[in-house]
Amino acid sequence: MSEFVFLYRGETDIKKLSPQEAQQSMQQWMAWFKELEKKGKLKSIGQPLERAGKVVGGKAKPVTDGPYAETKDIIGGYSLIEARNLDEAAELAAGCPGIQRGGLVEVRPVMPLNM
Amino acid sequence: MDPAEHLFRQEAGRLVAILTRLFGVHNLALAEDVVQDAFCRALESWKFHGLPKNPSAWLMTTAKNRALEILRREGTARKFAPELGRLLESEWTLAPAVEEHFEPAAIQDGQLRMMFSCIHPGIPEETQLALILHLLCGFSVEETAAAFLKKAAAMEKRIGRAKKTLAGSRRLFDLAGAGDVAERLPAVLRALYLLFNEGYHGASAESPVRGELCAEARRLVSLLVDNPQTTTPAAHALTALLCFLAARLPGRLDAAGNLTLLVDQDRSSWDRALIAEGRRQLGLSAAGSEVTAYHLEAAIADLHARAARPEDTDWSDIIALYDMLMKIQPSPVVALNRAVALAQRDGPGRGLEAIALITDRERLARYPFYFAAMGEFELRLARRDEAREHFQAALTLARNPVERRFLEGRVRECGDVSPGR
Repeated sequence: MSEFVFLYRGETDIKKLSPQEAQQSMQQWMAWFKELEKKGKLKSIGQPLERAGKVVGGKAKPVTDGPYAETKDIIGGYSLIEARNLDEAAELAAGCPGIQRGGLVEVRPVMPLNM
Repeated sequence: MDPAEHLFRQEAGRLVAILTRLFGVHNLALAEDVVQDAFCRALESWKFHGLPKNPSAWLMTTAKNRALEILRREGTARKFAPELGRLLESEWTLAPAVEEHFEPAAIQDGQLRMMFSCIHPGIPEETQLALILHLLCGFSVEETAAAFLKKAAAMEKRIGRAKKTLAGSRRLFDLAGAGDVAERLPAVLRALYLLFNEGYHGASAESPVRGELCAEARRLVSLLVDNPQTTTPAAHALTALLCFLAARLPGRLDAAGNLTLLVDQDRSSWDRALIAEGRRQLGLSAAGSEVTAYHLEAAIADLHARAARPEDTDWSDIIALYDMLMKIQPSPVVALNRAVALAQRDGPGRGLEAIALITDRERLARYPFYFAAMGEFELRLARRDEAREHFQAALTLARNPVERRFLEGRVRECGDVSPGR
């Protein structure tokens, strides 16, 4: 088993959802997480991230207010997943409900200590 | 744990009402933004952390904090609700004032103010209904359009115009003026009655959203009867009527989703608890001397509910109630319903005679059940060709797939065209 980080990016349509759609979206996410947990793939559900923040570093302006990049690139949250390999992790990510609403999931293998 | 099916939607309506009262009606758009924001935060947080113990309270606190932030930051630069006035000048008074708006009684009050404000004389009636659904029930513009079987773009324009009118009024409707309340209440009751009807007559398997209109209309009417400033015998009578009608909703469509006439419905599917509540409300509606159309319609619905079988129906009492209804609120539809009751008691021939006597019958020319009623009477008289023609005329006026399927069934019932015709 290897570990992977899922980075949830830019579910840009979320601002336009009606209350009913927002509720449905939330229920889909909860069901998806539950499913991952049932399969024993959810190492840690992770955390949602605030959209605003600060970017530190760079020459011209060492500290800038976020959001930093295009809205679609903003990371809305992350989870820690266990999967056999990258292919399986990607397959699991494909079921993420955010994808239906303009979002994407970045799947990154956690680099192991012992190469 | 799943939240109630429409939790977000209902909370949206409540929050927009509270925040609009806090910010002032001219800041309606700001109130909507804050609510939208609260839902985005809820969605992002809850999907990771699970539902909070009290989701409504969570949403309310989030919206309240955001409102406080805005009031603190823009309290001097932007004009807010006039009644907030000097309270905004000091943190000592600001926080308690905001807190007060989120008290349960104030939440109810806020929703009622919004409801009365939507029934703005400068807004067309049909748009008033759409506005209530949009602002008080948390339906998006698209969902509102779907509920009224309208195009989203057209609905967007209408709601946009109505919001401008609303935002242009000096302040939200004030419930403290008893005279103003009494003056506008009939229009409010009528709007809720129409909202319910819109759902009742459109309710179909194809558009389940419309059944929700009935539930929303009942929720809003209950706000009226629960508030001492707006509760009247007429409001109780309307509540009773909607209870009786809602009780029959499960029987209106059969298992296959087909429309079923009142006399053919499976009466065991009617909701007994709702019927009991209807009777309780009907009792409360008798407090004054005023008899409204809602009183009479509720009494008629009650008589239907009392009959265990269709043949037990007290048609004479029902006809007498229709006669009274014709006196206080004459309309060709009421006259048509009276004719149907008359046909039940005295036979289809009498029904046809009564229809022929309806004075402004031409106003029924677009009403499918006018032709359908004549079709039924002719069919019962075994005049199949006449019946078929009426049902075919009705079919061309059907307003939704459920009505269409029903009328197609009636046309088939008439059999093939007789030779020589």
